[in-house]
Amino acid sequence: MHIDELNELAEQIRTEQGSCQHCVRVCMAASCQSSGADDLMKRLEDAAPEGDQVQVKSVGCMGLCSAGPLVEVRSQGDDRPTMYQHVESQDAEEIMGSLGGSVIKRLECPTSIPFFQRQQKIVLENSGVIDPENIEDYIAADGYAALVTALTESNPTEVLHEVNLSGLRGRGGGGYPTGLKWSTVAKMPATQKYVICNADEGDPGAFMDRAVLESDPHRVLEGMALAAYAVGANRGYIYVRAEYPLAIERLKKSIRQATRKGLLGANICDTPFNFDIEVRLGAGAFVCGEETALMQSVEGERGQPRPRPPYPAELGLWGFPTLINNVETYANIAPIIRHGGDWFASLGTERSKGTKVFALAGRIHNTGLIEVPMGIPLREIVEEIGGGVPDGRRFKAVQTGGPSGGCLPEQQMDLPVDYDSLREVGSIMGSGGMIVMDETSSMVDVARYFMEFCMTESCGKCVPCRVGTYQMHDLLTKIAAGKGTSADLALLEELCEVVQMTSLCGLGQTAPNPVVSTLQYFRHEYENKLIRDEFTDSIHETEEMEAVS
Amino acid sequence: MPLQRIKPTPPSDDKRWKLIDGTMRRNGYAGHALIETLHSVQDAFGYLDDPAMKFVASALNLPLSKVYGVATFYHLFTLKPKGEHTCVVCTGTACYIKGAGELIDGVSEKYEVPLGETTADRKLSLLGARCVGACGLAPAVVLDGVMLGKLKGDDLLEHIEKVI
Amino acid sequence: MIPTPATNVRVVTFKIDDRDFSAREDETIIQVAWENGIRIPSLCYLEGLSVWGACRLCVVEIVGSPRLVSSCSTRVAEGMEIRTDTEPLQAYRRMILELLFSERNHVCSVCVSNGHCELQNLAQQCGMDHVRIPYRNAAYQVDSSHDLFRVDHNRCVLCTRCVRVCDEIEGAHTWDSMGRGIHTQVITDLNRPWGESDSCTGCGKCVQVCPTGALVQQGTSVGEMHKDRQFLPYLSRMRDAQ
Repeated sequence: MHIDELNELAEQIRTEQGSCQHCVRVCMAASCQSSGADDLMKRLEDAAPEGDQVQVKSVGCMGLCSAGPLVEVRSQGDDRPTMYQHVESQDAEEIMGSLGGSVIKRLECPTSIPFFQRQQKIVLENSGVIDPENIEDYIAADGYAALVTALTESNPTEVLHEVNLSGLRGRGGGGYPTGLKWSTVAKMPATQKYVICNADEGDPGAFMDRAVLESDPHRVLEGMALAAYAVGANRGYIYVRAEYPLAIERLKKSIRQATRKGLLGANICDTPFNFDIEVRLGAGAFVCGEETALMQSVEGERGQPRPRPPYPAELGLWGFPTLINNVETYANIAPIIRHGGDWFASLGTERSKGTKVFALAGRIHNTGLIEVPMGIPLREIVEEIGGGVPDGRRFKAVQTGGPSGGCLPEQQMDLPVDYDSLREVGSIMGSGGMIVMDETSSMVDVARYFMEFCMTESCGKCVPCRVGTYQMHDLLTKIAAGKGTSADLALLEELCEVVQMTSLCGLGQTAPNPVVSTLQYFRHEYENKLIRDEFTDSIHETEEMEAVS
Repeated sequence: MPLQRIKPTPPSDDKRWKLIDGTMRRNGYAGHALIETLHSVQDAFGYLDDPAMKFVASALNLPLSKVYGVATFYHLFTLKPKGEHTCVVCTGTACYIKGAGELIDGVSEKYEVPLGETTADRKLSLLGARCVGACGLAPAVVLDGVMLGKLKGDDLLEHIEKVI
Repeated sequence: MIPTPATNVRVVTFKIDDRDFSAREDETIIQVAWENGIRIPSLCYLEGLSVWGACRLCVVEIVGSPRLVSSCSTRVAEGMEIRTDTEPLQAYRRMILELLFSERNHVCSVCVSNGHCELQNLAQQCGMDHVRIPYRNAAYQVDSSHDLFRVDHNRCVLCTRCVRVCDEIEGAHTWDSMGRGIHTQVITDLNRPWGESDSCTGCGKCVQVCPTGALVQQGTSVGEMHKDRQFLPYLSRMRDAQ
C-alpha cells in the first residue's frame, strides 16, 4: 500500500461516515460496559430509525468513568457534541427521539467543566471517538499514515531522528529517554531483534494502558511497527495481563485486521520490511512489569528479574537485542512521526515533553482518565480537573506512582507534574495512577497496604526484597495496631534503606518508597501510634518517684 | 541418533484435551509455550492438577519441577478446584481506599470462608484481585464473571445470595 | 546470563579498594577480587555455575554511580573504581545476613553443618553477631525420603545452587523453586518427596554445592560434614568446550 492509496481509502471512509445525519457514540470501555453499556447499545440500535440517517457506534473510553455509561451525540452542522451521563437502557428511545431536537437536560453531562476543557489529547485523541474494533475507523482518523509514510519515504535513521528530537521519555515509570533506548538497540549488530510492548499494567489504581488498548489498539500496533522499522526488528510481542480480557480480544482482532490489510506481516507496503506481532498473556505477577522479568515470562519461565547490566537492548529475549516500551510510549509514536519531533517537543516542560495520561481515582469527584500536558500543577489536576474531594471532607494526600511511588501532602500541591519534580519530593511519575486520599485515611495504614502489596508480589529471588518486605510489613502491622516502639520505627527506617539500596530489581528498590514518603510528610501519624517504650517509661517512673520522695 | 519424540497421551479421553493440544501445536510444542498452555488447561478444567501438569511437562519436554515452579509462581493459576461460584474482590488502591476490606470481611464472616479459599460445601470461592482496572467503579467485585461496581454496605451479600 | 564475550577480548585497567588491577574485560568484579585475595562476601555465587545475583551480599560501590551493583554479575571496565568494603556496605551486608537468619530456623548449635557452614562463616566474616530482627519461626519440613540424602528446608537460604547444578551440570533438573516471595521453596519434581523422584539420578551434586545444612547426606552428624566439590571445575570446563 502506498500513502496515496491509504489517503484515498481514508477519504472514502470519511465520506461514507459523513453521510449520516447523527452519530450516537456509546462508550464500551470496561468501566461503562460493567455499568450496563452493552444493554444500552442494543436498545439504542433497536430504537434507531431505519436507513443510514443515524449511526450507533461503540467507541472506547470517554474518560469520565464515574459518570458512566456515557453516550455522545454528534449531529451534522452542530460543532459541539452533546454528552449524556448515567444513561440507562430505558433512556434509549428518548435519546433517539431527541435527535435533531432539544437536548435531554435530565441526562446531560456538561462538557464545559474543567475535566473536559483542561485536557490535551494526543494518546487519547481517538479514544471515545473511533470504533476500536474497526480498522477503517482508525484509518479514517489518519491511522497508519505514519507507518506507511515512514516505510515508503524515510529510512530507519530518519524515524529514529524524529523520536530523538521529540524528547519522549518512557511512560512506564522510569522515564528513560525513548530515543536513546531505540538508538542503542538499532546500533546492535545482531541479525535477530525483538520489540516488546509492556502491557502488564500492574499498579493498583492505574488503568491508562487498559483504556488505550481497549479504545485504540491499532495505535499501539502502529507504534510498535514503527519501532521495529527503526531498530531493525521483525518480530514483536505484546505482554498483556490476563486480567484484561477485553483488551486481549481487541488486540488479537486488530492484529488480524492489520495483517489482512497488509500493514503487518511480510513485505509491508511492498518493502522488504517484515513484522509480526504475537500477544502473550501474563498470569498475575506484578513483578513481570519489570523488563527482565517480563522477558522471562514471555519465554515461559518464572517471572524473576535478573541483574542489569546487561540491559535488554544488549541481551534480551532469547539472548537477542530487545526493545521494551510501555503501551503509552508506543501510543505516542505515530503522532510524533506524523507531526514531527519538533511539534512534540514544543509541548510539556524543558525535560518532560508531551502529555501524560493519568488515572484519577480514590476520594475524588471525577474519577476517570485524563490526559494533560506535562508540567501542569498537581493542584489543577486534583481540584479543578478532578473536581476536588467529595462529601465535604478535607484533602490529605495524593498518591502517585503506585507501590513504587509516594504520598504527597497539601504543601506539595503546587508542584508541576513532571518526572524530575516528582522524584525530588520523594515520589515518582510511575505509570500514571493518582489516588486521592482524604482525612479518613490513616497514612500508616496506607503504607502498610502498599507494603503488603510488595510483599505478596515479591518474586522471592533476592534476599532484601523477599525477607525485607516481609519484615517491614510485620513492623508496620505492629505500629498500625498501636503496639510498636520507637526501636521498631528505627529498625523500619534502617530496613527501608537496605532494601532500597541492595535489592535486585526496581520492585524491591522502590518498595520502601510509600513508607519513606509517608514518614517524610506524616511522621507524626507514626509517632502517635507508638507505645512509650519501657526504658523511657522507667525513667519517667523513677523521676516521678524521686519527685514524690 | 536423536530419539523419536513420542506424543504423550492425555490423562483422560475428555474432549477438552484437544483444545489444550491445539494451544501447544500452535506454538510448535515449544517450551516457551508453557504459560499459554497452563492458561489453556485452567480455562478448560478450572484448575491444574498433577496429571495435567505431568501431561503438559511431557508434551512440551519440560522438567516436572519447572512446570510446578511456573504454575505456583503466577497468582492466576490454581492447583485446587474452585467453588461453583467465584467472588473476586478487587483489592487495588482505589478500591482499598473506598472500603474493599469491609466487603471481604462481610463475605468472609457470612459464608465462613477466608480470602483465597472456597467454602466447605464448594459453593463459593472468595478471591482477591490486584486491581481489575475499574477504579472508577470502586469498590469493584467480579461475581461469576460479572462486574459489580460502587458497592455499599450489604450490596455484595445481596448479589451473592441471588446467584447462589 | 551474561553475553558471550567477543573473540578479541581487551585487557582493561581499574581500581579495587584503591589498588590498581588489570584483567580481561570479560571477567566479573568478583572473579578478579577473589583471584587477588579480596574476599567479597557472597552466598549464591559459585564458580562453575551460572550467575544468579540474588543474595546481594556481594554488592559493591562503583565510584560515580548512584546504584550499587552485584559484583558477581558486573564486568570490570576501563577506569572503573570499585569499593568493596565501605562502612555502608558493611552495614548492608550485616542487615542482609540478619534477614537471612530471621527468615528460617538457623540455629547453628543443633545444625549438622555447624562449623562447615557458609552462612555461619559469612556472619563471622561480616561481624554479624546477633539478630535484631524477629525470627519468623515458620515451620518447615524435613524430607528424609531419599535413600542417600536429606533436605531440611529450615536451613535453606534459597541460593538455588542445587537447582542450577542439577540443571546445568547434571542435566536432570530435578530441583526447581516453587511459589514466590517469602513462600518460595525448593522442590523436587511436582513437589513430591525426594525419594519418589523419577528424575533424580542420586548423583549428590546438590548436596555438595549447598552452602548450609539444608542438603546433607543421610547419616551425617555434626563434625562429619565434608563437601566434595572437585568435580565442578572439570565438568564445567568440559561443558564449555562442547
